[in-house]
Amino acid sequence: MIFSIFDRLTTTCSIGSLLAALLFAGTACASEPPPVRLDSTADHAKYKELQQNFASGPELTQVCLSCHTEAAKQVHRTKHWTWDFLNPENRQRLGKKNVINNFCISVPSNYAFCTSCHVGYGWKDASFDFSAEENVDCLVCHDTTGTYRKLPGMAGHPPYKDVEIPPGSGKIAKAVDLSRVAQKVGKTSRDTCGACHFFGGGGDGVKHGDMDSSLASPDKDVDVHMDATGLDFTCGTCHKTASHDVPGSRYTPVGKDKDGAHMRGKEDKSNPATCQSCHGLNPHKEGGMATKLNHHTDKIACQTCHIPAIARGGVATKMSWDWSTAGRLTPDGKPMIKKDDKGRVIYDSKKGDFALGENVIPEYAWFNGKVSYTLLSDKIENTDGVTHINKLGGSATDGESLIWPMKVFRGAQPFDAVNKTLVTPHTAGNDDTAYWKNFGWEKAIETGMKVAGADFSGKVGFIKTDMSWPITHMVAPKEKALGCNECHTKGGRLDKIEGIHIPGRDANSLVNLIGWLIAGATLAAVSLHGLIRILRRPR
Amino acid sequence: MERIYIFTRFERFWHWAQVLLVIGMMITGFEIHGTYHLLGFAKAHQIHGVAAWALIVLWIFAIFWHFVTGEWRQYIPTMKNVDVMLKYYVLGIFRGERHPFKVTRRQKHNPLQAQAYLMVKVLINPLLWISGLIYLYYNELAALGHHFDLATIALAHTIGAFMMLAFFIAHVYLITTGDTVGAQLKAMITGWEQSEEKNAG
Repeated sequence: MIFSIFDRLTTTCSIGSLLAALLFAGTACASEPPPVRLDSTADHAKYKELQQNFASGPELTQVCLSCHTEAAKQVHRTKHWTWDFLNPENRQRLGKKNVINNFCISVPSNYAFCTSCHVGYGWKDASFDFSAEENVDCLVCHDTTGTYRKLPGMAGHPPYKDVEIPPGSGKIAKAVDLSRVAQKVGKTSRDTCGACHFFGGGGDGVKHGDMDSSLASPDKDVDVHMDATGLDFTCGTCHKTASHDVPGSRYTPVGKDKDGAHMRGKEDKSNPATCQSCHGLNPHKEGGMATKLNHHTDKIACQTCHIPAIARGGVATKMSWDWSTAGRLTPDGKPMIKKDDKGRVIYDSKKGDFALGENVIPEYAWFNGKVSYTLLSDKIENTDGVTHINKLGGSATDGESLIWPMKVFRGAQPFDAVNKTLVTPHTAGNDDTAYWKNFGWEKAIETGMKVAGADFSGKVGFIKTDMSWPITHMVAPKEKALGCNECHTKGGRLDKIEGIHIPGRDANSLVNLIGWLIAGATLAAVSLHGLIRILRRPR
Repeated sequence: MERIYIFTRFERFWHWAQVLLVIGMMITGFEIHGTYHLLGFAKAHQIHGVAAWALIVLWIFAIFWHFVTGEWRQYIPTMKNVDVMLKYYVLGIFRGERHPFKVTRRQKHNPLQAQAYLMVKVLINPLLWISGLIYLYYNELAALGHHFDLATIALAHTIGAFMMLAFFIAHVYLITTGDTVGAQLKAMITGWEQSEEKNAG
């Protein structure tokens, strides 16, 4: 604490005055400049333009853009803005507005709710103007006060006046003081990224399993890099961002980083968010066992050993979601909620049954970074089996894969039983077709499919789905990394991994049989020989 | 009564160090192989590696010793008297006949014994050593452009291990077939072979 005061206040103080400062904490040398924030050259509180009341977000953004002239144009080029992404490898059109998942399913027709996590203002329907610069929301990423929040149903706007949310709940969300937030803008933080990414899937920790609110201020055990009293990484420390384009996307992740550590001065276009981009390709100290560990890096992703379990911060993650049981109402026709003994929702009439888990051991799979989605336009081949929302590429032999930990999220969700496609139900909204208000699938899906521009037969069924989430956050301290015994055994963590010989797990059963037969026969022969000798011993 | 000093101090040290190391390597090796859980893979692997290096060092000394002393000649295979030995093991021993082989400084091992030890030295040990070293330095060799299939290497190593196990069982039993049950064991402990006068076989 005292040293951080010195950092800010003094560079030329003599030892004597340092002592004086120690004795009179907070007193700086008379000759010293006044305290300034050393992490920025600009104090936004001093800008006259920001010392006024703003009626809306876009109004403020225009002021931001009067200095940061290119910022909105940069944001416009990113997935955070477009929610649209063309996978260059397989030409699939992805992005939040296009993909379907097995959580809240899909964005179209639910814009005003989903877009509370859009870095913009006013995306309430498909007519949103993506070219309007003032629609960019600077504050959602650059707030440092923790008071800025966007609420579902408001199409990406924060509350400009106190509102009751949800209506009739008696819970009041206070109006955001745009002027105050604007005067205190700064770099992104775990809190700003986390405001959306910790809460994906409709609640804290629901979606990822390796990202939840425990990462806002984690201890070392939860995340060795983000450790709030240690290394204190922000998301941006790894997701090293330039021109507002945050690298490290899930649509085109890096399965096997062969490029190693980045170096200043060396042109490096590889993903800066991989472990290897800092730790290199031989991350363990050389010598003895560490060398053996380094030898594992050609087959095993860092995450596999160094993230022993997910949801380790005390927040449960959703492991399954069965939409087919949604819509059960109380005898008087009201939706209901059931909780488990820990107070976690396990049934909601609006959504169906859930299973949750903490300290979940991931599943493992070869992964080469190639992901293909089942999209609205794709026919579902086997409606009795499990449809993969996303299919991860990878094998032992393609040279591009490592064994990765995965959260595999399983569920059942509605589909078009005649056309055999996934569907985009209209869930959220205060209207006649929204599922969460009316509990009728046909109408909800009809509305949703119309907005998505897809055919709907009118016949609803349910299919089983799963979705794989490669795990990369919540890296444990090295003492907590997996040991050999977790995998080098039968029935261990990598029991189902194919195409690789794992000592301790794999053995040739024929050689085992012959080997034990020979050893056994030898033992039997000498035993018999000895027995006869004993029996025939002269008495 | 005749006393011959047949096992020198180095031979006895070599032998008993081998006993410890080979038993240790079999116990840890079969655990690494996945046969049972005793120490856990990590500990077993660590001990196996240390024991392997100790055995390699021991072997370098032993090979040097064999050549310097000329003792390698003890293992020159011969078929002479093999039939006599076989007959003794199959019949004579049960009839209380005398052991047909007389230990001398020049010939410490009976012809069957010499052949068995030779097999250990030229077949089982090299198989274990070569496959074991490739196993140990699999990644380094791959980095040098020598790609081996790990499962095949493990297979060769396992075959060697089973052969060693079978040898071990037979060896432990057959040393009880000396003049008395404990005579050969005693010789390997004290160095001295003690035998009653008998007709040379």
